[in-house]
Amino acid sequence: MTPLNPKLFDTDVEQAPIRAGFGEGLVLAGRADDRVVAMCCDLTESTKMDAFAKEFPKRFFEMGIMEQSSISVASGMAAMGKVPFVSSYAMFSPGRSWEQIRTTVCYNDRPVKIVGSHAGISVGPDGGTHQAIEDIAITRVLPNMTVIAPCDSIEARKATLAMAKTNSPTYIRLAREKTPIVTTEETPFEIGKAQEFFRTESPKVGIIACGGLVYNALVAAKELQAEGVNTVVLNIATIKPLDRDAVIALAKECNAIVSVEEHQVAGGLGSAIAEVLAVEHPTKMAFIGVHDKFGQSGTPTELIEHYGMGISHIKEAVKKLL
Amino acid sequence: MTHLHDEKTKFLEEKAIEIRKSIIEALVEAKSGHTAGPLGMTDIFTAFYFHILKQDPKNPTWEDRDRVVLSNGHICPVLYATMAHAGYFPVEELKTLRKFGSRLQGHPHREYLPMLETSSGPLGQGLSQAVGMALVDRLDRGQNTNRTVYCFLGDGELNEGQVWEAAMLAGKEKLHNLVAIVDRNNIQIDGYTENVMPLEPLALKWASFGWHVLEIDGHNMAAIVDAVDAARAIFEKPSVIIAHTTPGKGVEMFENDYKWHGNPPNKEQGENALAELRTLGGQIDSEHQ
Repeated sequence: MTPLNPKLFDTDVEQAPIRAGFGEGLVLAGRADDRVVAMCCDLTESTKMDAFAKEFPKRFFEMGIMEQSSISVASGMAAMGKVPFVSSYAMFSPGRSWEQIRTTVCYNDRPVKIVGSHAGISVGPDGGTHQAIEDIAITRVLPNMTVIAPCDSIEARKATLAMAKTNSPTYIRLAREKTPIVTTEETPFEIGKAQEFFRTESPKVGIIACGGLVYNALVAAKELQAEGVNTVVLNIATIKPLDRDAVIALAKECNAIVSVEEHQVAGGLGSAIAEVLAVEHPTKMAFIGVHDKFGQSGTPTELIEHYGMGISHIKEAVKKLL
Repeated sequence: MTHLHDEKTKFLEEKAIEIRKSIIEALVEAKSGHTAGPLGMTDIFTAFYFHILKQDPKNPTWEDRDRVVLSNGHICPVLYATMAHAGYFPVEELKTLRKFGSRLQGHPHREYLPMLETSSGPLGQGLSQAVGMALVDRLDRGQNTNRTVYCFLGDGELNEGQVWEAAMLAGKEKLHNLVAIVDRNNIQIDGYTENVMPLEPLALKWASFGWHVLEIDGHNMAAIVDAVDAARAIFEKPSVIIAHTTPGKGVEMFENDYKWHGNPPNKEQGENALAELRTLGGQIDSEHQ
């Protein structure tokens, strides 16, 4: 079984923001490879690029509030042999910068690394304008693009290091708030590989999750086990390229799948899974995510519950598929 | 780069006529595409690819080469025709323009034609890429870099906000290794630029963003070469050359009429245009002499 945080199901499980892991990973990537450069749109501290900026001042570029231009500048840097990371809030990049990403990054096939922090509804009090719940859809639709949504800060650090080594345009989705540490240093991470995080005997439903909600999926699975409902939880950090084999195998084993993501149901992880299963192994599914609504102000917990992504919602969805 | 002597000027002017011919032939064959911009920019592209640029058509990935970013990708017939005549690929291939399976896509695509520095077409995105290239050039080679990044832009394209984002960044970074060339031909699809969205005072706009501004007649070979020399001599800031051009230059029917922005000549119009090309074969001296 995949090694996970031994305190995962304790009430005092350690917590850290997923974006913090990105910041650590970027410094490590910068030390490992001097082609790595970083650019930020006036959000250096909050997107956790500050440590890199401090250690590599010449390789850090303050772009001002220019999400669109920054992506194309990064494309030009990549054309000259660099591996540029560009950070902003996910709502603005890839949100506002989508066509620049399409034309100057993906159509050109340049290894620009797009960092969308404060993604999802859990950005909370800032309200609906700042809650990016469309970013997975608009990035995974682009040819050449890799899309990664790590489940905790440790996985975010590993993902950042891994994406710095590829020649592919890549989007990494980060969250602002502290979330429970699910993995450990020993948990394997590989771009494009799903990881089984939970398994009970003769599972009836497979739960496939990404991002901070992997924790909710695991707690739901644990509680379901106590109620006699057996499941598997698959962590899919790489939404594109999707680990098709793992998804198909799980569907064949369970014949029912629940997808869990802090994103619009349209176009996200669940859609990516459904696209595979509809062709390879048609399977009953339920989709945990935002159903065609905008967000609003509130605490992360209030919003996760209001929009139907809480532990109880996942359990309910699993039971309905039994 | 050396100053132009008379013989070289004449060579460039004759080469420009050959390239205009290729552009018209390719557009007639393609049955779609843009006419005015490519013909208006032919003199400038000829000066660049046959005199100004540090490049090697036989070694398009040469690290020391100057970089060229065509931001207004729709004028690619002039880029393709000039590159073909310069030896990057066979002139014959120009007849595949915009056809299925061609390397010469309707707007440039570097996956198909890898000797391009970038793909382009959607307006407003080229200058940012050129700024990125110039930043890395300076990071890797320092202030004394001998490479220059050139970015060609249309004037209508300057409506795009992203151009000014990039202009602001280049001004902030004082990128002296960056030269932008604006095709000031006063037309865009819906009409004359000053009616669609006024750009003037254009030189002051660029200057206020921290750029050194030069203005030239974009059909005068000596002026083109001198302006680039002057731009490269400026060490404190990026330079922009506002090149005043006649859209459709060389064929009276196409000149100064915005209707030719996005349309190709048909076969008959193409034949008339080829017959009419004013300085055909160098038989008539340049108007600027």
